Amino acid sequence: MRKRSLIPILYIAFLMLPIYWLVAMSFKTTNEILSGFSLFPQTFTLDNYIAIFTDPTWYWGYINSIVYVSLNTVLSVAVALPAAYAFSRYRFLGDKQLFFWLLTNRMAPAAVFALPFFQLYSSINLFDTHIAVALAHTLFNVPLAVWILEGFMRSIPKELDETAYVDGYSFPRFFVKIFLPNIKAGVGVAAFFCFMFSWVEMLLAKTLTAVEAKPIAAVMTRTASSAGYELGLLAAAGTLTIIPGAIVIWFVRNYIARGFAMGRV
Amino acid sequence: MRTENQKAWFFVLPVLFLVAFNALVPMMTVVNYSVQETFGNNQFFWQGLDWFEQILRSERFQAALGRQFLFTFLILLIEVPLGIIVALSMPRKGFWVPVCLVLMALPMLIPWNVVGSMWNIFTLPKIGLMGYFLNDVLGINYDMTQQPLSAWITVIVMDVWHWTSLVVLLCYAGLVSIPDAYYQAAKIDGASPWSVFRYIQLPKMKTVLTIAVLLRFMDSFNIYTEPFVLTGGGPGNSTTLLSIDLVKIALGQFDLGPAAAMSLIYFAITLLVSWVFYTLMTKDDQK
Repeated sequence: MRKRSLIPILYIAFLMLPIYWLVAMSFKTTNEILSGFSLFPQTFTLDNYIAIFTDPTWYWGYINSIVYVSLNTVLSVAVALPAAYAFSRYRFLGDKQLFFWLLTNRMAPAAVFALPFFQLYSSINLFDTHIAVALAHTLFNVPLAVWILEGFMRSIPKELDETAYVDGYSFPRFFVKIFLPNIKAGVGVAAFFCFMFSWVEMLLAKTLTAVEAKPIAAVMTRTASSAGYELGLLAAAGTLTIIPGAIVIWFVRNYIARGFAMGRV
Repeated sequence: MRTENQKAWFFVLPVLFLVAFNALVPMMTVVNYSVQETFGNNQFFWQGLDWFEQILRSERFQAALGRQFLFTFLILLIEVPLGIIVALSMPRKGFWVPVCLVLMALPMLIPWNVVGSMWNIFTLPKIGLMGYFLNDVLGINYDMTQQPLSAWITVIVMDVWHWTSLVVLLCYAGLVSIPDAYYQAAKIDGASPWSVFRYIQLPKMKTVLTIAVLLRFMDSFNIYTEPFVLTGGGPGNSTTLLSIDLVKIALGQFDLGPAAAMSLIYFAITLLVSWVFYTLMTKDDQK
């Protein structure tokens, strides 16, 4: 039994090494980084973090990212809920084709959409707004949310709906009061995935913004290229982007495994 | 069983509108560009299917497509077995389960450009932990910016680091849904660990494994940001995968016609392979 736990430990160690290195670098001074190799920060410094928290371009990058990610999560889950209910409960003309068509959008390479998205959102005057990025990210998040929620809803027996109607519940009341509490794990997991994919996606977010809604990624690339080789600053900015993800994942820790299986186990 | 009800369409309408707006309008733009030639000033000329022919025949596209298939094949070859092994050796209950799951899921929640920067910092010779260890401790000559092989290994290891956990979590979800009684029965029958895996665990993981392969195929085939930040497609063109090449043509050179034709061919390939996986998966679902 001891021997078996060696594999997960080694695997997690492999996962943590690059993250450790990023965090360690963020506490080093530029001098120390360039002067040679050191496993731990020799002269521990918070300068890199102070630089980020005192520069509006930096911290607005984080705020912008969090704003469009939250908008996207709410929007995606809200429209996906009724659709997933329809797919899990009813057969209707073209349901299978529609479901697959939705999924194809999850398969589309973001690079294909970069330029047309730029033109589309410029033409409706939404370029460089949070709502543009939030809307663009629904392209792959809505299909995913429908897929996950459908999986979770399918495991709720149909008798639940029927009993509620017999008891005199109207559909909206049944959906909010009875159905939603039953699939709250699914809603949490779907929201988690929307958050995750909107948070990590950078190509579209960068293409659709310039100044006002600039995501943290765009700020980072600017620093990497223009300010020379400020590795410590880059590492600190990177470390800060890990934190929101880590917080969100802690909330869904009990559903992670089932969530990744899209409710299909 | 699901009942027939055409009114269900009303529930689907919001999703339909939203996704259609985001998918159909840009797709029509791409189709439009793919059959026309432009010399700027918004003047377009009908070009027919010439761009498609040109792209399909171009060595540059074929090379990028070849690299893309090689990359996807290699990461599937490593990530799927590795994911299964890790999932099988994970504890099923107890305090360590959520800790393991959270730590394993962490790489997937890091923005993709940060993943690229992180691996860049990690592999720098002299400065990065891995670069230093390989060069100065083991004495292997390793420099990602000069050697195509090193660049390839780094890109693959980065993807294994980034996404193997997806396979682990999916397989683990399949494994925990096996009732204890199955294992007890196997024990009474004196089944070997291999036959427990072959006849109890593997069948239970089949659906989730198909999802894992489908997701890993789609995402690795569309990968852009991480290798772009890490290597920029170099050295030379050695790690220029399809998306990187596409963005170079579309946004770098602004060759709209060829870029659009390439987009459509690219999308068609992804769709075709994904469709095969999807049919396999839904066939299982209906049983």
